[in-house]
Amino acid sequence: MMTDESLHHPKDPSGHIENPKKPDFPRVAALQQKQQRSEKPNQPRASSRFRATHVTMAHGAGGRATAALVKEVFLDAYGGRHLNRLEDAAILPLGRSSSLDSSLGASHLAFSCDSFVVTPPCFPGGSLGRLAVCGTVNDLAMAGAIPSWLAISWVIEEGTPIQTLRTVAHDIATAATEADIEIVTGDTKVVERGAADGVLLTTAGVGICPAGRELGAERIQPGDKLLLSGSMGDHGMAVMLARGDLAINADIRSDCAPLGKLAAGLLTAAPNTRWMRDPTRGGVAMLCHELAAAAEHSVLLREQQLPVRPAVRAACELLGIDPLHVANEGKLLAVVPPAETEDALAALRSSPLGKDAVLIGEISPHLEPIVLLETPFGGTRLLDIPVGNPLPRIC
Amino acid sequence: MKYIDEFRDPKLAASLLADIHARMPDRPPDNPLKLMEVCGGHTHAIHRAGLPSLLPDSLELVHGPGCPVCVTPTGRIDDAVVLASEEKSILCTFGDAARAPGSKGSLLDAKATGADVRVVYSPLDALALAETHPDREVVFFAVGFETTAPAVAATIVRARRQGIPNFSVLSNHVLVVPGLKAILARPGSKLEGFIGPGHVSCTIGSEPYRFIPEEHGLPIVISGFEPLDLLQALLMLLDQLTQGRCEVENQYQRAVQPHGNPTAKAIISQVFRARPHFAWRGLGPVPGGGLRLRDEFAAFDAEERFSLPGKSVPDPKACRCGEVLVGAKKPWECGAFATRCTPENPLGACMVSSEGACAASYAYEHRRQVSWEKATG
Repeated sequence: MMTDESLHHPKDPSGHIENPKKPDFPRVAALQQKQQRSEKPNQPRASSRFRATHVTMAHGAGGRATAALVKEVFLDAYGGRHLNRLEDAAILPLGRSSSLDSSLGASHLAFSCDSFVVTPPCFPGGSLGRLAVCGTVNDLAMAGAIPSWLAISWVIEEGTPIQTLRTVAHDIATAATEADIEIVTGDTKVVERGAADGVLLTTAGVGICPAGRELGAERIQPGDKLLLSGSMGDHGMAVMLARGDLAINADIRSDCAPLGKLAAGLLTAAPNTRWMRDPTRGGVAMLCHELAAAAEHSVLLREQQLPVRPAVRAACELLGIDPLHVANEGKLLAVVPPAETEDALAALRSSPLGKDAVLIGEISPHLEPIVLLETPFGGTRLLDIPVGNPLPRIC
Repeated sequence: MKYIDEFRDPKLAASLLADIHARMPDRPPDNPLKLMEVCGGHTHAIHRAGLPSLLPDSLELVHGPGCPVCVTPTGRIDDAVVLASEEKSILCTFGDAARAPGSKGSLLDAKATGADVRVVYSPLDALALAETHPDREVVFFAVGFETTAPAVAATIVRARRQGIPNFSVLSNHVLVVPGLKAILARPGSKLEGFIGPGHVSCTIGSEPYRFIPEEHGLPIVISGFEPLDLLQALLMLLDQLTQGRCEVENQYQRAVQPHGNPTAKAIISQVFRARPHFAWRGLGPVPGGGLRLRDEFAAFDAEERFSLPGKSVPDPKACRCGEVLVGAKKPWECGAFATRCTPENPLGACMVSSEGACAASYAYEHRRQVSWEKATG
């Protein structure tokens, strides 16, 4: 957190001030005041920032509401050194005497878990089973780890056809083979009819971080480049259309895919890659806000560079939804140093999963954690954080 | 994308912007030229394209009351929450209306505590739900200007023709002309011209706006929703102002006819009648500002079928929406902006939907102004 004083004494070492019409990124004093309100001690806190009394769907959509719930309820109760980083995967040091250390050249383990509910369970380009494997594999890969072992826990509603389980299991097996990850343990629970919607899957995964691969927002420097491995919004729109209540038919397929090999190729070509994440719920917009907050620098995006497939763009246009807010399941966003940008792009593009990779923006020297978008007209605007699930606008 | 990209051509935009800068009348910085875009869709489009950062400093766009979700009064949302909470009922509404806050939460909050609230994409979807759930009362919470009113009216006509007994509509439809009259009647208005709404005008045409030049001596240009439409409309307004003209002009000729869409107008007046008064959030009671179902359709009017609290809830005292809506204040000049009033917990009308003036400012642009002004004292 910057203090109010820093508003008058910007920390920007360059002291560079651009076109005065462009925002100068001071902090929002008003928001800070709100955060500083004191709270009653010795009881579970009802935070002034978290006024919700019940969980709404917005709390699961990956936007501001989710972030507030996690921070004010979960971290408040059991936050800790690793958890407070809120990374998709925790990076845990191995003991000195570890045999993994000596046999694999590993310095750390990456550990992650994710739960999956999706309606419908099958959609163009993916399925519940494929999503459950790719989600956790990608969290590990984005931490710079080699995804290695996977655990799968099933919660099954009474009455679910066995054939459904066979289909989901088959998709899990196919995706695990593709991701080169071994399923090593699991659990099965059956709950009464109505207590779950079909099948809920939870996967947990462990990956090995080879020595020397160190990623982290603290390594990000002003001028570093943002690369996106391909088009935005394919997964979210594919699922939204597959639900069938929009009466829009379009050839949109989910991009759901394991990113381990793509990430490994990138890290080989650009060994000083600073940071990687996959833009899932909340889309590229949410991820860029997380990046800005973690890097403590502004993020600049060029709208004209943002890749969106024509069918996705048309569907978003019709529904009044910004593709920047729509989920992806097979894309990565990487921050790389300028000197390695070309090699990084070439490495991404050499893989089928990254063939449409592009440079979409950069890290600004400014210190306020906001995301600025340059429009095709040369105007700038703040990129908003999605609130709740994208809902079609009325007019 | 065909028929979209043509209206987003950066080269044409640069040339229009150069013309706007060249023809901008000289104004001192403390007295900017204030032009209002009435429609929430325009507000959204202007911010998405980043136009405020490209326009002359002395030209200020005032974001008007044309977001139907924003102006829906708190008491009506409370009524909808009560209806939704009945065990037998299914309450349907358009997406962003479900987020609008009542005094005891929004429809999405009601959904979280067990109410059957469904987001639909057309009022006909709600009618279909009534057919497939004959044991339930399906209520469509109708929100919108003359843009959405024809589709709701057509749905009600179909419900009557098909004799569907368990379908009704809670109408919160509002009319743009009474809203504009209310704004122009407010003291403190510094508006010198209007960008007229595009979609509403497709229904009502350009003729109903003649009172603006004739009675108020102000120009209005009806505009489309693409960045080039809006820039051209601004240029047309500047031309009227610098040439001393004051007329209703139509930039959106590819969609808007002088007399609008006769079929749409006919079905609105077949099904609805104007209310003597309808309270707009932020503006207060607007004479003739809302629509309710005619007596012939009383069977489909949720206000007739159910006993609703129908309480009017005053706007919060801290809220400056009324002044924001007439250009007397900028969103960030309100004490509650970004503190008590945020998109997650909106206090006032203009923060409710992403198309509201304050929500758009919060999301896209002027957040910096708050801190800058507070920081520099």
